[in-house]
Amino acid sequence: MRISSILMVVWCCVSSQVFATPHIQTWRTAQGAKVLFVENHDLPMLDVSVKFPAGSGYDAAEKAGVADLTNQLLKAGATELSEDDIARGMADVGAELGMAVDQDSAGVTLRTLSQAAQREQALAILAKLLQHPVFPEAILAREKARTIAALKEAETQPESIADKAFNKAVFGTHPYAFDAYTTPATVEAITQQAVQDFYRAHYQARYAVVAMMGDVTRAQAEAIAEQLTAQLPVSGEVAALPMVGSLTAASEQRITHPASQSHILIGAPGVARNDPDYDALYVGNYILGGGGFVSRLMDEVREKRGLAYSVYSYFMPLKYTGVFQIGLQTKKDQAEQALQLVQQVFAKFVAQGVTEKELRAAKQNIIGGFPMRIDSNRKILGYLSLIGFYDLPLTYLDDFTQRIEQVSTVQIRAAFARHLNPQAMATVIVGAPEIRETK
Amino acid sequence: MKIFWMVLGVLCAHVAQAAVFEHTLANGLKVVVKEDHRAPVVVQQIWYKAGSMDEVTGKTGVAHVLEHLMFKGTKRVPVGEFSKRIAAAGGRENAFTNTDYTAYFQQLHKSKLPLAMQLEADRMHNLQFSAGEFAKEIQVVMEERRWRTEDNPNSLLQEKMMAAIFQEHPYQHPIVGWMSDLQAMTVRDAQDWYRHWYAPNNATLVIAGDVQAKEVFALAQRYYGGIPKQTQAPRRVYTEMPQVGIKRLVVKAPAELPQLMMAYQVPVIRDPQKDTTPYALEILAGILDGNEAARLNKALVREQKVASDVGVGYDSNSRGPGLFIIEATPSEGKTAAEVELALRQQLLRLAKEGVSAEELNRVKAQVVASEVYKLDSVFYQAMQIGQIESIGLSHRTLAVMLEKLHAVTAEQVQQVAATYLQDDQLTVAVLDPQPLPKQGKPHSAGEFHAH
Repeated sequence: MRISSILMVVWCCVSSQVFATPHIQTWRTAQGAKVLFVENHDLPMLDVSVKFPAGSGYDAAEKAGVADLTNQLLKAGATELSEDDIARGMADVGAELGMAVDQDSAGVTLRTLSQAAQREQALAILAKLLQHPVFPEAILAREKARTIAALKEAETQPESIADKAFNKAVFGTHPYAFDAYTTPATVEAITQQAVQDFYRAHYQARYAVVAMMGDVTRAQAEAIAEQLTAQLPVSGEVAALPMVGSLTAASEQRITHPASQSHILIGAPGVARNDPDYDALYVGNYILGGGGFVSRLMDEVREKRGLAYSVYSYFMPLKYTGVFQIGLQTKKDQAEQALQLVQQVFAKFVAQGVTEKELRAAKQNIIGGFPMRIDSNRKILGYLSLIGFYDLPLTYLDDFTQRIEQVSTVQIRAAFARHLNPQAMATVIVGAPEIRETK
Repeated sequence: MKIFWMVLGVLCAHVAQAAVFEHTLANGLKVVVKEDHRAPVVVQQIWYKAGSMDEVTGKTGVAHVLEHLMFKGTKRVPVGEFSKRIAAAGGRENAFTNTDYTAYFQQLHKSKLPLAMQLEADRMHNLQFSAGEFAKEIQVVMEERRWRTEDNPNSLLQEKMMAAIFQEHPYQHPIVGWMSDLQAMTVRDAQDWYRHWYAPNNATLVIAGDVQAKEVFALAQRYYGGIPKQTQAPRRVYTEMPQVGIKRLVVKAPAELPQLMMAYQVPVIRDPQKDTTPYALEILAGILDGNEAARLNKALVREQKVASDVGVGYDSNSRGPGLFIIEATPSEGKTAAEVELALRQQLLRLAKEGVSAEELNRVKAQVVASEVYKLDSVFYQAMQIGQIESIGLSHRTLAVMLEKLHAVTAEQVQQVAATYLQDDQLTVAVLDPQPLPKQGKPHSAGEFHAH
């Protein structure tokens, strides 16, 4: 009792620390793009992100891979700018252009010096490639060939084989699995027309989320947001994706591979970004397998038994229900032992939940570590983009520690029970040990 | 060019604001503080000048094994407690072992720096060794080796290439160690390593973030000041025999595409002020692969389509000998030999025709920009200081190096390409991809649970 009251005192101190969260300004452009901006002049640089609901979930089954190619090909040329012009123009001013695609979104990021000459050149190029890309036929052919080569290579590597089999098992025919269904044949089927159509349908101003962080004024930021989105295509509404169904029964796939280790993945559809259970699941997962060296999985699998170098679990919250995954690699002859152990740890976790002590430790870490979530322009840009894309409240960062603080052991147990059923998990083992044919 | 100097001016103004302070304790621990007040966070990094290059044959991997054992407890902080206390303070922590050094770090709210220092100082001289913990942890390290190297064709190729390049220098050994050395290793080996290298006078403490240097020095004195200095035997210095002809090797592994690595033995910085070659090699790497418009990507990937990926690596800062490495993945249907030929044509062209002012300025623009961008990461700034100190140079030379980079001329780039990218110093490693065995019929869940 004495110990716990001392801990409570420490706890209060932790939670009463006040951290200044960035002041987020937000508005919409004339064409309807959503803008989130943090003005900060500490460093002479500017980070920009423009995101669209144009992720692999919007692929068509027979043309899986089109979202990714469309995104990649934005830098393949625009009206009056060749691929080389874009590459040189950015490099000449030291700007960094990044492309990114996940299941929900696709977009670009730009990091540039904020001096007018550099900034204006980089933004002018970005504005062109976002709004007037030309998707040249020859470069499409080249990028298709590169994508196909990478796919074939991935088909030989245990980690990629496991990922694909796992995503298919978890999402079935839901579009969130399209990325895993991308094959040389689906990529081959992607025409220039298909890329143009995808671009016109998904890269619309009304869906765009522009995030900016750094050394420009509000007036400059407003002009930049217009510059980057005013001429985006206008077309019909993008159809919503179907809901992700739950798994109704356990499945297990064993795929042979000459690797020395078995790659084991266990999981199921987990949680959507806007689900009220998300915070409880996030905190609970920290205790299960998210908390680095101090999680239950790490303790049981690595610290106590030396069975693996890496063992983890995570929720990937998306617009619709995203994946929950437990993963590890271990040498083949102890794969069975490790698998059974992980299953036991997980089943016990779902059945019994977490202790007050574990919860306290989790909150101390997550809340105490909050300043590290927003200690750089890059990280803040990531949050701006996230808040904008998933329509999270603008106070998301201000409320963060309070939301975590409110999570209880009861909530964690109830949330896990609602979202995950240990009896209905998908399991994939690549580099599986030979099975003894016993009855 | 005007733009370039303008930016450099702005940059210098910022660098001046973010001063670096240093102080060496009586026991020889060098403390370097980089103040950065943008966020209320701090990073502590402790860098030991002991890496895999300090290992001896038969004991490879011990530097890295010890790194793992550093989390296994002291008399005052039992096994598992280090990580728990850092976690409870909201911190993130880890460690890494390299050829030249081993480093440990924590990132926390600035108010938690004393805790991090107390824990780090404690394990600098109070680590406990238990045969039981060792027995488990060596298994973890072997799993790490399987995962990182044995089942990863690219790492495997690199490991075997390093072993082929260096005949005497310990860079021939992988950081993680050879499997049979790991199997033969004992807790005693790790303990010997710890006793030999873990001492305040063989370490650099780097603190970066929202702190005051004066206060940090006082804290460092309080927590680290009492750790006794150790006499250290002189370090064995290896002189790798000159390579006298091209070396070639082939590695077979399960994969679809071949891979090509070409590694040239080249100089690295020994005298930051007087050297010119390493800086010219840095710029050369930038000309070949430093940005999206760089030569190799443009020529091999975009125009000739002979490769699907290409990359160049050169690090002018290392305790041991240097390598200028070009890596490429042939496009489907192309061979490693075809890619090698295409790469050689590019290198020849550069050595013969030189580089344009435009290309040179483009690479320097990257240098300028990255000096600004790095200020966005307190962790990276601390890394840079720790690395340079660990190879025996002062963090103050970072500014010198930047100046020297900017002074590199097009002629120097051409000259180092012609002088150092020579066959006699070259090792070519090729991954020969092996098809996977055919899949048997998939096993169902029922079979698995049957036994």
